[in-house]
Amino acid sequence: MTETHSTSRATEPVASGIPDGGPPVGEPRPGPFPWLTAELRGSWMETRTAKTLLLSVPGWTGHDPGQHVDIKLTAEDGYAAQRSYSIASASAQGWLQLTVETVSNGEVSPYLVETMDPGDKLQLRGPLGGWFRWTERLTEPALLVGGGSGIVPLMAMLRQRIQSGVATPFHLIYMARTPDHLFYANELYTLMQSHAGVTIDQLYSRSGLPDDSRPPGRLNLDDLPTPTAEPSAVAPRVYVCGPTGFVENAARLLQARGHQSDTIRTERFGPSGG
Amino acid sequence: MSVISRGFGSKRAAADPRIPPGQYRTEDFPVLSAGPTPHLDTAVWALDITAVDGTRHTLSWQQLMELPDEELTVDIHCVTKWSKLGTHWRGVPVTALLDAAQFDTEDTHYALVHSYGGYSTNFPLEDLLDGKAWVVFEYDGKPLAPHHGGPARLLVPHLYLWKSAKWINGIELRPDDRLGFWESLGYHAYGDPWQEQRYVGD
Amino acid sequence: MELSDLAVDGNAIAGSLAEIFAVDVTSAQVQCDQCGATHPLADEKAYVRGPGSVLRCANCSAVLARFVKARDAIWLDLRGSTAWQIRTRT
Repeated sequence: MTETHSTSRATEPVASGIPDGGPPVGEPRPGPFPWLTAELRGSWMETRTAKTLLLSVPGWTGHDPGQHVDIKLTAEDGYAAQRSYSIASASAQGWLQLTVETVSNGEVSPYLVETMDPGDKLQLRGPLGGWFRWTERLTEPALLVGGGSGIVPLMAMLRQRIQSGVATPFHLIYMARTPDHLFYANELYTLMQSHAGVTIDQLYSRSGLPDDSRPPGRLNLDDLPTPTAEPSAVAPRVYVCGPTGFVENAARLLQARGHQSDTIRTERFGPSGG
Repeated sequence: MSVISRGFGSKRAAADPRIPPGQYRTEDFPVLSAGPTPHLDTAVWALDITAVDGTRHTLSWQQLMELPDEELTVDIHCVTKWSKLGTHWRGVPVTALLDAAQFDTEDTHYALVHSYGGYSTNFPLEDLLDGKAWVVFEYDGKPLAPHHGGPARLLVPHLYLWKSAKWINGIELRPDDRLGFWESLGYHAYGDPWQEQRYVGD
Repeated sequence: MELSDLAVDGNAIAGSLAEIFAVDVTSAQVQCDQCGATHPLADEKAYVRGPGSVLRCANCSAVLARFVKARDAIWLDLRGSTAWQIRTRT
């Protein structure tokens, strides 16, 4: 199936999740986005402080990777709190995964990571965010630059690429503080070994592994490829995600490397990541 | 219809007469903001007090420090539903500031308070006088941190905390009421937590 | 944790705005009244933890828009932004 970006479809967007009959390349699933009830089915730790939650959501028709959900928790006394989390999984009907980092003194993340048990419920709405989004219909290579928990929506993009079977070249640059802070370590390793079109550069900012060729440190110009360095020599779509400081630094460096600003999409998680 | 998340918020029991209706007690001091935190040098800090006729009296940091200050321990209530009990501050009563400006307050029934960065909030003037409001510069015995409104913020504990303007830089005395930043966008003009006056019409 | 700036970006208000806009507005091009800079809403600074949400220019920090979800109403103030261009079809 070939796609060009200027194609306009005759059919109206359909929120059915059927890949070929779905919305055109440029349009996300339309609202409204009512609050849906989600139930925790399972969870596992990615690091000592971050957990992936597998949520069953009746009525959920899928999403485009990069999008997020708003989560709402309500206590028995009526108190409610709301936060946004990027979806970690590839698109699916009726379920999704989130990976949540515990924020010390946070209100919502400690509940999700430390308290919530299988069978417990929360409310969510989405998928939200049409800007920071990738779909398998996009044919340019993708350059993904993630810092810390910014890896989450980028992992959704990588998982979607694998699930959809497209051959789009993907290059992920993932900056973590230390090897103990890595999310999805085994899966990323396996993906890179088994998929020719996927390249992953693992960088560390505080401390790394003994035989690392790059010493640990903040992202710098040499860590980033030029627009024509990708195998196909086609300028990639760039997605940058992480804490605000990381994103601003990365975006600046990418432009210094020659990436045009209109090829770069960013999502800032704020100082602590959410 | 809300879905209850088992085990969420169970530490927030609010059966305490010091907690206004609809509020929940916290031991934290959440940082909420409408914009970037200004970083202000006390060497150039100024508080403009403007009279109804437009006369302006400007207070420097040095002059603020020379005014009589006092320690106070008060409960604070944020409209986002958290209340923090027994917070310790040091500051100058607003009454003392207005006395220093020596303005005639006869035609003055209201005040619009301004902050560095453009924030504003409005009051009946009497809610800033007689031991009800201070310009505070210390929290918990230490200089007030920028993210909590330092070097100086307004503190008006009997009203919701959005009225306690951080980074205060002006008090505009007025004959009529003019709604401030949140009051002009759906929040209650007065904001008494004990009457749960959160929004317009409450 | 650096507390000097609590800004996230416009992606964070997608959910709130979805309550009133029929199409996704994170892709809207927003022009600042103060400095004239235009950015996608997703790239503008957003302050979301207070009584309401404030959208500020990524270039000069001037207020572009404010949003409050009150008890029975949503309040929206778009003063500060010259124009929003919201694509309805790409």
